[in-house]
Amino acid sequence: MTITTKAAAAEITPKHFNVIIIGAGPSGLSAATHAADLGVSYLLLEAATAPASTIRNYQRGKLVMSEPRSLPIRSSLPFTASLRETVLETWEKTIADYHLNVRYEAKVVDLHRTETCLEITLTDGEKLTADHVVLAIGVQGNLRKLEIPGGDLPQVQYQLDDAQAYVDETIVVIGGGDSGVENALALTGRNQVMILNRAEDFSNCKESNLSQLTEARKGGALDWLLETNPQAIELNSKGEFPITVFANTPNGVERIPCHRVIARLGALSSRPLLESFGVGFPTADLAALPLLSTHYESNVPGLYIVGALAGYPLIKQGINQGYEVIEYILGNPVEPADAALLREKFASFCNDRGVDDVLEKIRNRVPLLAMLNSLQLRELVLESNILLPAAGEIIFKRNDYSTTFFSIVEGELDVLIDEDNVPDAVLKAGEFFGEMALVSGRRRAGTVRARTPCVLIETPRRAMQKLISSVQSMRRVLNEVAIKSVVHICIGLSLSEEDLNDLANNATLKSYAAGEELFHEGDEADGLYLIQRGSVTVSHMIGGREVVLLYVAAGHYVGEMSLISGEPRYATVRAAVATEAVLIDAGRMRDIIARNPEIRGELDARYLQHLQEQENRQQQEASLESNGALGQQSTPSNLISFLIQQGVGEATDVLLIDESICVRCNHCEQACADTHGGATRLDRDTGPIFANIRVPTSCRHCEHPHCMKDCPPDAIHRAPHGEVYIDDSCIGCGNCQQNCPYDVIQMAVVQDQPEPSLWQMLLGIQPKALPNIGGTKVAVKCDMCKDIADGPVCVRACPVGAALRVNPEELLGYAGGGTSTEANLHGLTSH
Amino acid sequence: MQRGNIFDYKNYLYFKLAVILILLGFAAYLMFEPAVGYYGGSWLGYGLGTLSAIMVFWMAWYGIRKRRYRGSGATQGWLSAHIYLGTALTVLVTLHSGFHFGFNIHTLAYGMLLIVVISGFFGNYTYMIYPRLMTENMGEDNLDGLLLRIAEADKLARQIALLMPDDINNTVARACRETSIGIGLLEQLRGFQSDCPSAMAVEQLALMGHDLAVEHRKLYRDLYSIMVRRETLVRRARQDLMYRARLGFWLYFHVPFSIALLVAMVAHVVAVFFYW
Repeated sequence: MTITTKAAAAEITPKHFNVIIIGAGPSGLSAATHAADLGVSYLLLEAATAPASTIRNYQRGKLVMSEPRSLPIRSSLPFTASLRETVLETWEKTIADYHLNVRYEAKVVDLHRTETCLEITLTDGEKLTADHVVLAIGVQGNLRKLEIPGGDLPQVQYQLDDAQAYVDETIVVIGGGDSGVENALALTGRNQVMILNRAEDFSNCKESNLSQLTEARKGGALDWLLETNPQAIELNSKGEFPITVFANTPNGVERIPCHRVIARLGALSSRPLLESFGVGFPTADLAALPLLSTHYESNVPGLYIVGALAGYPLIKQGINQGYEVIEYILGNPVEPADAALLREKFASFCNDRGVDDVLEKIRNRVPLLAMLNSLQLRELVLESNILLPAAGEIIFKRNDYSTTFFSIVEGELDVLIDEDNVPDAVLKAGEFFGEMALVSGRRRAGTVRARTPCVLIETPRRAMQKLISSVQSMRRVLNEVAIKSVVHICIGLSLSEEDLNDLANNATLKSYAAGEELFHEGDEADGLYLIQRGSVTVSHMIGGREVVLLYVAAGHYVGEMSLISGEPRYATVRAAVATEAVLIDAGRMRDIIARNPEIRGELDARYLQHLQEQENRQQQEASLESNGALGQQSTPSNLISFLIQQGVGEATDVLLIDESICVRCNHCEQACADTHGGATRLDRDTGPIFANIRVPTSCRHCEHPHCMKDCPPDAIHRAPHGEVYIDDSCIGCGNCQQNCPYDVIQMAVVQDQPEPSLWQMLLGIQPKALPNIGGTKVAVKCDMCKDIADGPVCVRACPVGAALRVNPEELLGYAGGGTSTEANLHGLTSH
Repeated sequence: MQRGNIFDYKNYLYFKLAVILILLGFAAYLMFEPAVGYYGGSWLGYGLGTLSAIMVFWMAWYGIRKRRYRGSGATQGWLSAHIYLGTALTVLVTLHSGFHFGFNIHTLAYGMLLIVVISGFFGNYTYMIYPRLMTENMGEDNLDGLLLRIAEADKLARQIALLMPDDINNTVARACRETSIGIGLLEQLRGFQSDCPSAMAVEQLALMGHDLAVEHRKLYRDLYSIMVRRETLVRRARQDLMYRARLGFWLYFHVPFSIALLVAMVAHVVAVFFYW
């Protein structure tokens, strides 16, 4: 029966097509719809039983993102960011509407070039031919399977479609990557979950997954075994559990009886398959991308590769390539989808040339950007602004909080680091600036002013960081320059160019985890440490107790004391938060000092000032100690240690409440709610207290805000004065709430409240809150009242002056009982 | 960490201003003796009276000012000024009266003012004393947290007590049932419950432990420590409510009498100008 049907089918369906598209993912579907639109003879082959298996394998209800946002879609395959189900439904409807010529369960095992065409062999031995083949199989098609006895049992699955479908089961998840962890987390609550991870930690996971994982384990919802490999899975003949996993742990073999195994081991490399088709690769690296022409054609004539397999992992890119590849096959030259947008970007600059020309010009002018491939460069330009400042125009000011990065295409700019209005450096075309703030997350260290009319590319921090993490050479160059800048800013204002280069080339960049020591009291001086990112505390042993003397933030240096005196380290320096420091070798530094009297003078002055400060602080500590005040633990250094523990070290602005004068009137909270749509963003009576100072639950505006890390609509920004705020594009996903280690973000409905009448205000009567008229919950957090003229209302509404906002540099002043002016005089903010 | 408070705001700016105001008031009083004698109807009296009336309205405006969150400026200076200038007001008003008192609307207004100012003094006193005590009592806990822990201790204690002899079970059940925490203003202000069942239960439990069966001893020790912890929590919660009540209590006089003062003052002015 089967044979005859097949034979009959073979007679009816043609065996030759103009185009055969392999893989019914976004790229393949897009190519097929476009081929159908143009009336090209085509066939779409899909190995699975349904289209878009990668997206189908997403967890139920997952949001499918449409990045890069600026890129338009030109295909007739519809796609917008939406839930997995919606995306699949839309595409299935498109397939039906178009009557797409698609064949499922048609896995290709061989492909080779004959003299006239390309010949494809399917698993069942059927052969098809085509003039052109578009390979759009993605990288997820070949899931890695457990190659152990029992890896093929029905209780072992390699994907999780609907976590809700499993209740009261014991489930073993194998794999400590993001997909494994996300599956495990989705199963918690209704099931017992155990993760087997062959690595020694979950360091490959996204931070949000990691924190949820730790939280879940703390709550007893799941558990894991590290450095553990499964050895075998056996069927149980009786008992509650159908199978048992035997796992090799550092403590021997463990038996884990369970209902189900979910193995998320990633995908197999598709390189061997491609090589069997004759596709060439540039390097031996398994992760290398196939060699392709600008029209996506491989070295096998007629074989085109698009989508993730060609190195373009985003859905939108794949969809556009599906469209373009059909046009190329038909011999039509098409402009890439982003060309119109780029033309718009370039409207004010070089508008007489083609987009490719301008991009080429940028690439030729700015060596840093030449390191990007053309797709990366296009994306960077799309996300950037082209600025055309006139001579004398200021790009940013010293102490601004902006974090964008600038590349100079044309013109010259002055850098003013100190107050004297005399340029301290000149930036020329081809150079870049703004990398310090990019790295440190702190205020701008200097003012940049256009000297001549300029053409600048201003790139947002997020886009820049994405590139830095993927382009090795770019990261290296930026690091080198960042080291040079930090040397320049911290010590080198009067240094000659050669000395500066010499120092920068021989400096080493070191990273420290929070709490790690840069150096220890009594150590031999190894050099000068310039804090590039993060902050450190300087502490000293007094009476057998470690006393924090100073707090030093990014943009300053430590370690000059022993360098000058030649004595061993006088104090211990410890990273308050994750910190990066540039170490300048002691010998080289002494050499520079010997040759530069100015630097010597500057360092000497700093040294004496430091000495004086430390002496004062020690006296203070000692006297407090002898007065028995230690029992109350309220010495200034203890207060600094406490605040650092509360994460104030990574903050840029913290709300503190002096409980000794706070009369608990709650005007701070009420004022916040009244001016921010009815939801207060601070919680006065929760939060740790030390020596009458409470750190209430309220945003600290971190240097590197944790909340910004994983915001799908990119709705969290930093305003020029440092305020971290969430804009109206928030979709209420709650990622930021989970990512915030300080619990200061909440989900609430924001709705403007009526202002109470004078009579209500006089008597303190709260007006009735408006009923919620269908508003959705969004993430809300303190925005430091950036849109309110006189600054934070919580502080202004406090009748007794108990609420105050401080930045960590002022901490010492407050903690030491001085005023903020005194803190500035302490020299922490100046060099 | 020593910071400025409402009294030394801007280096005692409003204190100085109040002293100057009082001195000027006295100087004017002593230097210009009106032909008609000292009383509100002289030009000196009118002057002091007008100034005082403006100041009363301004003091009352503070109540609105501190809740006008959408306005500009900080509230802290206002409170400092409210306190010092309010105090100076009593002197100005006394001089305005020329020390003529009687059973009339004028003296009534004067009396109201004194009540308002004196209740304000008491408020200052509470503001100086209680914030520190509240922090000492509560530490990092808050009232909701304490009440939750008391409820948990209640549940646990009742469960254990069910396994114990009847007298112990009754004592514990009674303590859980009859302990009240800050019910009514009076109890809040006092900060304790007379014959507190929780405290009594702890006392009684201590005596009941002697002749227990062996199998009950371990449970008894657990129960006892839970009840002791619970009693401490109850005491702290009451203490916190007491501080809160005392911090706010004076306002029950300050605000209504301020309104009454405004009415009486308006009546006084109307009476003076229309019915004199």
